[in-house]
Amino acid sequence: MPIHDPSYRRYTGSRNEPGSSWLIIAETEIRGVLRKKLFLFVLLASWGQFFVRAVMFYLSSNFSSLDTPALGILSPSVQTFRQFFELQEVFVLFVTVYVGSGMIANDRRSNALQIYLSKPVTRAEYVAGKLGALLFFLLLVTLVPALGLLVLQVMFSGSLTFIGENLFLVPAITLYAFVEALLSAFAMLALSSLSTSARYTAMIYAGMVLFSGVLFEVLRDVSNGALELVWLSFRANLDQLADVIFLLPPRYESPWMVSVLAVGTLIGVSVAVLKWRVRGVEVVT
Amino acid sequence: MPEFEPDQQPVATLDQVSIRYGAQEALRSVTATFLPGAVGLLGPNGAGKSSLLKGLLGFVKPASGRLRVLGLDVHSSPLKIRARLGYMPESDGHIPGMNAVSFVAYCGQLSGLPRADATQRAHEVLYYVGLGEARYRNIETYSTGMKQRIKLAQALVHDPDLLFLDEPTNGMDPKGREEMLDLVTDLATRKGVNLILSSHLLPDVEETCERVIVLHQGTVATEGAIAELKQRRSQVFEIRIKGDLETFIRALEAIGAECHGAENGTMRVFVPGGLGPRDLFGVATRHQVQVRHLRPSVPTLEDVFAEAIGE
Repeated sequence: MPIHDPSYRRYTGSRNEPGSSWLIIAETEIRGVLRKKLFLFVLLASWGQFFVRAVMFYLSSNFSSLDTPALGILSPSVQTFRQFFELQEVFVLFVTVYVGSGMIANDRRSNALQIYLSKPVTRAEYVAGKLGALLFFLLLVTLVPALGLLVLQVMFSGSLTFIGENLFLVPAITLYAFVEALLSAFAMLALSSLSTSARYTAMIYAGMVLFSGVLFEVLRDVSNGALELVWLSFRANLDQLADVIFLLPPRYESPWMVSVLAVGTLIGVSVAVLKWRVRGVEVVT
Repeated sequence: MPEFEPDQQPVATLDQVSIRYGAQEALRSVTATFLPGAVGLLGPNGAGKSSLLKGLLGFVKPASGRLRVLGLDVHSSPLKIRARLGYMPESDGHIPGMNAVSFVAYCGQLSGLPRADATQRAHEVLYYVGLGEARYRNIETYSTGMKQRIKLAQALVHDPDLLFLDEPTNGMDPKGREEMLDLVTDLATRKGVNLILSSHLLPDVEETCERVIVLHQGTVATEGAIAELKQRRSQVFEIRIKGDLETFIRALEAIGAECHGAENGTMRVFVPGGLGPRDLFGVATRHQVQVRHLRPSVPTLEDVFAEAIGE
């Protein structure tokens, strides 16, 4: 008599109710990305600015008695946090491309969509899972270190004066981090759903971000600032919104509502593309 | 809709279902009932088999009609249905970068199993389908036969009540095909899993299924128990002649017989009740044809299929 029956057995254990699949998808994606050493190295590098700024905050808090002009540069301000996001843009681009380009494209290449959607998983849950994983990494290089810096500032200075004077900073950091992450994640996922090649998707996305910025700058320079089509540029829209969110003077003359509309439109188009492309069956008419 | 015994409640039904892809109509007002057990879905390429399965899975929305699976409406309860379904697609499908255990366990989790149970089931199911030794290998390194097995494993991991198998022996060598059909037979007969096996390979369906639904050009050509469908046929003879074949076939058709496979030399002749070998010899004599070979045969699923699609 065999000790272990290798035959098929019916399952009598418990089952989870449908609805939490997006969490399983997001968790699996995150685990998969964290296994890649190159990505871990970049993730560490993306926190470089955090550590540098932390040292600056420490110095400005603990050596405030030294009345030197350098302390003015080291002291935290609203501009410091705005600059923090500006310098993190390169990491936002890298994370979006590295993590997001293959998210749907690879599933389409290997016909995984029909596997996913034959399970109790809706199309919205599938997209939410992928989006969740991408947002996790994007917020890990923007929101988390920015809020961490605020906490460190309080700890180093031993007072809540700075936060008290700039109460809007926490919601501003949170809002801008989410706007930037949502726009990047939706745009990348939509592009990824249009292709079966992660490499091709990565090139198109990076090209779109860089080319739209160059086009905007060229048009502005050629027209001596008369033709300031902020809505054309992926980054210019975000920069304009960042200035408004951080209560700083907008860097472009274009109304900030134009940038809100541009960002909203791009997210809307991305959602429509995802709705069209994420299906269990390829419909060719 | 007809009434059924409690243990014979249909696992899937289609009521006047039409499925369209743009101008192309894949299913045309199909009404069909899939009873428990193993049911074969037969038809030539493009008959609408995969569209029917995709309709039952809720992947495609029917232009008209109603689909029910396991007593639930596909349109209103797709998730409840898919939690109890297993689907083995026709084309290769896997999640990139995963080994077999991770992939199958992940599919189990997506189907509602807790993580620990999903992992345990993944190991068991992979042994069952014959991938036990290769379960830590990346799926992208698998052979075609192994990819077929992993597709079966992911469909089985959550212990479905109903299994959709779309061309399960595609691309398999004879030994692998035999093993796959053994697994399908075992699931249907000994493990109590209801299954719908879609194939264009008649021997696969004949070996594993009790019932069959034949689709042709988007409509149901015939359906029923395979044994009954075969019995429904009249006497069959294998016959080889020397002489004017076309005239002989026309003469046989005139007395109500049907001829199949004449192009191969030996044709199969279906003779209506009341007629026999003597009548065949009579026709041959009248048309000065020499009968070189005449042997009684038994009706096969191929005959049922040929008749259903009018070949």
